[in-house]
Amino acid sequence: MKYKDYYGILGVDRSATTEAVKKAYRKLAHKYHPDVSKDPEGEEKFKTVAEAYETLKNPEKRAAYDQLGRHAPGENFRPPPDWGQQHGDPQFSFDDADLADLFAGMAAGRHPGGGHIRMSGQDYDVSTRISLADAFHGTEVELSLTVPEPDAQGRLHRVPRTLKVRIPKGATDGQRMRLAGRGGKGLNGGRDGDLYLNITLHSHPLFRISGHDLYFDLPLAPWEAVLGASLEVPTLAGAVRLKVPPNTQAGQQLRLSGRGLPKPQGKAAGDLFAIVQIVLPVAASDIERGLFEQLATGSTFNPRERLQQEINNDS
Amino acid sequence: MTHESAEPEWLTDDHALSVKELAEMSGLSEVELLELVDYGAVTPIDPEASPWMFTGRCLLTVRTACRLRISFDLEPHGVALIVSLLERIHGLESQLGNLRAQLPRRP
Repeated sequence: MKYKDYYGILGVDRSATTEAVKKAYRKLAHKYHPDVSKDPEGEEKFKTVAEAYETLKNPEKRAAYDQLGRHAPGENFRPPPDWGQQHGDPQFSFDDADLADLFAGMAAGRHPGGGHIRMSGQDYDVSTRISLADAFHGTEVELSLTVPEPDAQGRLHRVPRTLKVRIPKGATDGQRMRLAGRGGKGLNGGRDGDLYLNITLHSHPLFRISGHDLYFDLPLAPWEAVLGASLEVPTLAGAVRLKVPPNTQAGQQLRLSGRGLPKPQGKAAGDLFAIVQIVLPVAASDIERGLFEQLATGSTFNPRERLQQEINNDS
Repeated sequence: MTHESAEPEWLTDDHALSVKELAEMSGLSEVELLELVDYGAVTPIDPEASPWMFTGRCLLTVRTACRLRISFDLEPHGVALIVSLLERIHGLESQLGNLRAQLPRRP
């Protein structure tokens, strides 16, 4: 079994009072709790901190932990010979166990009457990141978990488990799903925990995601914006024709209805929006320049009418 | 190594859960759950209707409330306050994300 330095994790002395242990835990919990922290590794760090606190806050568990002696973090060690007899299950298998399971076992095994209390299995929260195309078509992801599972005698062992999950089309960024009964196993007839899946989407080089709607930039030449055009544009289901009406302005959103991400349970799909950008040739040719000069002389269009009004008002 | 496959269920606003289902799924007792409703941490789909029903999304809120209560040793009023502030932050983050998606990228 690998040693974990619970005092080091919380940053307290071995002689720290329970109150000091609690204070150190709270400070770290504020920093790393997955519900309040922005740290991408917050969840893992919080689990470590919570595990250390779970043992050190309880005088009985803390005394048992102290009797394991001092070792380097991560060092393989065996508890003293009579440790199991004194504190927990004498039959406990120390080889494939985690220190957390050892102390969790102490809580589950000891209670008035010596019987076995019913305990619900733990819920698991797992994140997975899929591509936009996979969200559009639906996909299957493989989740790898290492979970504590009780054997026939109720002793906990760490077991690697892979779970194939079919994500039907309809998911978007931040989608949560639940897999009933796929969390930790319940003890003594308690119900199995659930697995909660948090789905996020990889960013896409072209499409930007907003719920089930998608946005992309549509560059138009000035004459296309003025005269209108029929263009081929990409969608997640392949290219489609988009009609750009005459006199289209920069920033205008052209909607391709139902071409966004599908929604769950057969609801109408999101939309795809083309955001118009009016772009100029990097270097205009002599012909283009000549045509723009004709336009400059012939047009009465003043794009700064409002600014001009403001200037006139001030003077 | 154990291999298994599973079909997940959606947690959306279309999914309606009874108090009993919500309690069972979140691991809270019905009394604790009603306390969260009392303090405004979660709201039934129609507070006037009887019996109360909750959206699938409420299950996530209740789980957050449950985690916060245990991790920070909070009383229900404190939990409700944090949960409602977190909901506001998530709402603002999602608005910000939606607005960002609509901003043209520099050509």
